[in-house]
Amino acid sequence: MSGDAKTSGAPVAPDTVLSVEGLSVSVRTEAGPKVLVDSLSFTLNRGETLAIAGESGSGKSLTSLAVMGLLPPPAVHVSAGRILLKGTDLLSLPEGKMRAIRGDRIAMIFQEPMTSLNPVLTVGKQLTEAIEAHETLPRGQARARALEALKAVRMSQPERRLKQYPHELSGGMRQRVMIAMAVALRPDILIADEPTTALDVTVQREVLELLRDLQRDLGTAIILITHDMGVVAEMADRVVVMQAGRMVEQGPVRQLFAAPKQPYTRALLDAVPRMGNGGAPVKAPTTEPLVRVRDLKVRFDIRGGVLNTVQAHVHAVAGVSFDIRPGETFSLVGESGCGKSTIAKAMVGLVPFTGTIEVAGRAVASDQRRSGAAFRDVQMIFQDPMASLDPRMRVGDLVAEPLVIHGIGSPVERRAKTAELFERVGLERDQIDRYPHEFSGGQRQRICIARALALQPKLIIADESVSALDVSVQARVLALLEALKTEFGIAYLFISHDMAVVENISDRVAVMHLGQIVETGTRAQIFGAPKHPYTKTLIEAVPVPDPTHQRKPSQRPAGEVPSPVLPRGVLPQRILLKDTGDGHLAAV
Amino acid sequence: MAAYLVRRLLVSLLILLGVSFITFVLLYALPADPVRQIAGRSATAQTVENIRAQLGLDQPLMVQYWRYLTGLVQGDLGRSYLQRSEVSELIAARLPATLLLMAGAIGCELILGLTMGIVAALKRGSATDNTLMIASFVGVSAPQFVVGLLLLYVFAVQLKWFPIGGYGTLAHLVLPSVTLGIMGSGWYSRMMRSSMVDVLRADYIRTARAKGLTRARVILRHALPNAILPIIAMIGIDIGIFMGGIVVVESVFGWPGIGQLAWQAIQRVDIPIIMGVTLVSACAIVLGNLLADLVTPFIDPRIRLR
Repeated sequence: MSGDAKTSGAPVAPDTVLSVEGLSVSVRTEAGPKVLVDSLSFTLNRGETLAIAGESGSGKSLTSLAVMGLLPPPAVHVSAGRILLKGTDLLSLPEGKMRAIRGDRIAMIFQEPMTSLNPVLTVGKQLTEAIEAHETLPRGQARARALEALKAVRMSQPERRLKQYPHELSGGMRQRVMIAMAVALRPDILIADEPTTALDVTVQREVLELLRDLQRDLGTAIILITHDMGVVAEMADRVVVMQAGRMVEQGPVRQLFAAPKQPYTRALLDAVPRMGNGGAPVKAPTTEPLVRVRDLKVRFDIRGGVLNTVQAHVHAVAGVSFDIRPGETFSLVGESGCGKSTIAKAMVGLVPFTGTIEVAGRAVASDQRRSGAAFRDVQMIFQDPMASLDPRMRVGDLVAEPLVIHGIGSPVERRAKTAELFERVGLERDQIDRYPHEFSGGQRQRICIARALALQPKLIIADESVSALDVSVQARVLALLEALKTEFGIAYLFISHDMAVVENISDRVAVMHLGQIVETGTRAQIFGAPKHPYTKTLIEAVPVPDPTHQRKPSQRPAGEVPSPVLPRGVLPQRILLKDTGDGHLAAV
Repeated sequence: MAAYLVRRLLVSLLILLGVSFITFVLLYALPADPVRQIAGRSATAQTVENIRAQLGLDQPLMVQYWRYLTGLVQGDLGRSYLQRSEVSELIAARLPATLLLMAGAIGCELILGLTMGIVAALKRGSATDNTLMIASFVGVSAPQFVVGLLLLYVFAVQLKWFPIGGYGTLAHLVLPSVTLGIMGSGWYSRMMRSSMVDVLRADYIRTARAKGLTRARVILRHALPNAILPIIAMIGIDIGIFMGGIVVVESVFGWPGIGQLAWQAIQRVDIPIIMGVTLVSACAIVLGNLLADLVTPFIDPRIRLR
């Protein structure tokens, strides 16, 4: 492999697998070349995990793609530096030689297990193909190796998985397939680019444990690209912190967390929401509830048969009751598919439901022909601020639109109100004539907040509203929401999968599983003394941003995810909640 | 799957019923009188009325339609007014030629269109890409009778590579197929290009490359099956578009198919033949769409028919 490639002049330490020297990545733009990664240097040793941490735009993913030789051509390219794999400069290798290294010596897993596998090929085909790309093997033997790889990633029913297609597997199982594919040839280096960001916390925990075990067994060196300092603390031996294409700081993980040298590292660590950090205890409820939800049920039909009749139902929400009091933050937490977002949709009349929803004494109609006035009290902020702002409208018009719809004020008054809202959410008055693409992610979410505030609602539903934001931005947006709550007395229904964020901002919390609430109570009750095993699992699964923290091995066996789909006529078993004292309800 | 098929076939029958009714009413409303065509200019009023009664054309519209329908369910498409034979026999004799022409045209469309689209996508933004896309635009815009005559002049008259017209050998098939397929290939190349460009950006293509697969394998094994999915549904719809072109192309090349049969029947107001050809075409369109939907799950396992 290293035969005709030039070797490094400097003596290489025996256990150094990869060394990156002065790597710069640039993109050609109309305004000339723009540097995306600027003279980055680091080394990676055998069996070590190096975390490259940073926020979006820091160049961490580009660095990994540069190592793989997969930078998107032709605009993005390496403009300087060397990438030495055991002394061989990868950048000087012709494509044919680089291809032989890719997947064999250096393998990679990606963030999105949902889209990273080819939907039209079976898991078995995709696995054997990865093996056959580098080794000439008889058909049966490649399959045996694929099966072995699936067993190595602790996949349930590995023989059956080989014949399945990616869409038949859950997100966690797909990421296991990706890992199996990557480690099947026992690479020297495994690059994991945000490997658990798209996964639920409990699944994240399983996948991280798996990576650690594989590393111990195979001696693979791992480059872990992540924005999550909790994951860094849990996994890394050494850390490289990047910001805007430059390395800010690097060092052993404990040292970096205990005594960060650079202000940016310190700010990044401070912005991370931590568990057990919740504020003062909540005052006892005195007022009438603002929102009353009673026995809310939402189900979707699955049709089939000769006459296309309803064959089964997806019981997305299977009987949920809760109250939200004025000025309170009530959080719904749970993993994907638990029905938390469906509740939000029902509350603004976007899905038909049964049961009752009352906001400020007015019932929400379930037939979607909502009367305008009844809905002024409830506004929503969504997860993806880019997707929820019309790219062809000026942001000022977007914020003023709810006022236009409800016929409030003259154009001049609306413009004044919009400018005022912009200032309130921390944007400039003169930005109101710009378009959404001219703003950063955090600013866009502020625009969405301004739009939600325009009608002076009593309740704002925030559906994963900070999940897509970088931690430092997330912290500032959460602080803004908190300030607005005190200022205007708004109540929030906060929907999130992120336990740490929920603990930091909630007054009361409900934990959802398969369309039902399994436990609800004040923040202190849920996080201080969780009663239900599912709540405990969720809390324990959250990575702790402290490298000295020792965690117990996970309890939950990997396997099939329970399904909310039931045949027609079969109803989900109702969970009964019992008061364990002081309004802390848990399933019995 | 079985339930899906039964449901789709039932819906298809309803569509055919609708087509038959609309066509029947439209033909009835035509100002041209079929009886005059049969009787000839010199016939007396009495003869005309006799023929009219004999053919049942003096009955109210709904009675005529009911008769036609009861015949239809027994497989009887009626008799031609002028050709003195069963419509079903006339169509059966000419259908194979038309099906052959359609197969040739679809083949031509796919080979030309998909190749052009894939090459253009792989060389996106290059001179090759631009040239191919201009060519496809010309293909889409050129009227079929012009393309047909042009091809005839160049390849049959001047170069003498192919026969001028007629039916029988593979050489006879080439020019009509190309004429009929060239418009579709223009559409396909544009669709294939944009579909391929999207797929090449997909995460699983990056995964395939990260595995160290060769470029050829990444494109043929991973990109192509995904990129071709939206095209398959198009092929079903295409059969309907073909029917219009077939009348033109069969006339230009003297191809003995149902297009020619229909053309002659329209000129002579031979209603049973027009009805028969229309229904057979409708069947082809409905079956083509059904076939396209049935094939899709074999390429895309995410789609389940139920």
